[in-house]
Amino acid sequence: MKNRGKLWMLFKSMFILSACAFGGGFVVVSLMKKKFVEELGWLEEDEMMDITAITQSTPGPILVNASVVIGYRVAGIVGALVAVCGTILPPMVIISIISLFYEKFRTNPYIATALQVMRAGVAAVILDVVLNLAAGVCKTKRVLYIGMMAVAFVCAYLFDISAMVIIFVCLGIGILDLVFSSKARKGAAG
Amino acid sequence: MLWVLFWAFLQVGLFSVGGGYAAIPLIQEQVVENYEIMTMEEFSDLITVAEMTPGPIAINSATFVGMRVAGPWGALVCTIGCIIPSILISLLLAHFYYKYRNISGVQTVLAAMRPAVVALIGSAGLSILMLGIFHTDLFSASLEDMRYVEVGIFAVALFVLRKYKVNAIYIILGSGVVGTAIYAIMGMVA
Repeated sequence: MKNRGKLWMLFKSMFILSACAFGGGFVVVSLMKKKFVEELGWLEEDEMMDITAITQSTPGPILVNASVVIGYRVAGIVGALVAVCGTILPPMVIISIISLFYEKFRTNPYIATALQVMRAGVAAVILDVVLNLAAGVCKTKRVLYIGMMAVAFVCAYLFDISAMVIIFVCLGIGILDLVFSSKARKGAAG
Repeated sequence: MLWVLFWAFLQVGLFSVGGGYAAIPLIQEQVVENYEIMTMEEFSDLITVAEMTPGPIAINSATFVGMRVAGPWGALVCTIGCIIPSILISLLLAHFYYKYRNISGVQTVLAAMRPAVVALIGSAGLSILMLGIFHTDLFSASLEDMRYVEVGIFAVALFVLRKYKVNAIYIILGSGVVGTAIYAIMGMVA
């Protein structure tokens, strides 16, 4: 019974997130962090960032990929399927309805204005999440991580380098870090 | 026809790495060029609507194309085709992630990806903010283009988010409603 409640919560959360996911994958990640890390406490903060990196480097929509991983974590394969259903239902219903009169929808000035001003709210949500996450990275007090964060930001924002490339380069740095730190430890022991 | 749709969107799902905007050229290739399901004009309408509605662009497009070509069944078939690669690949990665993530070496490597994720989310947030308040990116923005209504909404939204634990979804929807109301009162909805 408890499990059924959890599945329902999972479905409901994904449904609402998907229905409000204006503006692409990273908006969704910010909303997911608020919902699953802060509100429900189902995931750890680090875990949510790992999931973001994984879903960003996997083919397909980020929201669907993230639903699969989070659903799997919460309730196995059944959870993954439940989460995906919650995610794809809102866009399917909304688009099916709009496709019948999309000409009117596309040219409606009120809708266009609302979508434009909503960006300001979306940006505030993302910035709020980023401030918390960046504080977390600074708390590690590792110059390497703080530097990587700064360089990655410049690469992504100013040079428009793709997210996947940045994630894979950092993965490479992580592997080097692992090799050198284990060597250093061996050196210290021997 | 349904098989053609299914196959076309299976390829979109399989080859779009890195989220919505990566999917657009793939959808164009499948829908306009390979299978001639839509004209280029219909396709640009499709992208406009897919961007204006919440949810992943690939799912929105799949539903829209399916609806237009073969009704609700078409919508369902396209969407399922689009998400099958996502589900399978993400399940596999989720499985390995949760199996190995507690090993300390894996922890070291994952930790190096987290600063990148923070930077990427920050970069996406700043792009949306620029679009929100200047209607353009940082490089072509000039102070004369600044939209004070959006700046105000952004500031209030961020303040409310930092100060009180408000649900982010209310912030996003609320900023759309409040902003549109302000523009309507100013008689600037165009």
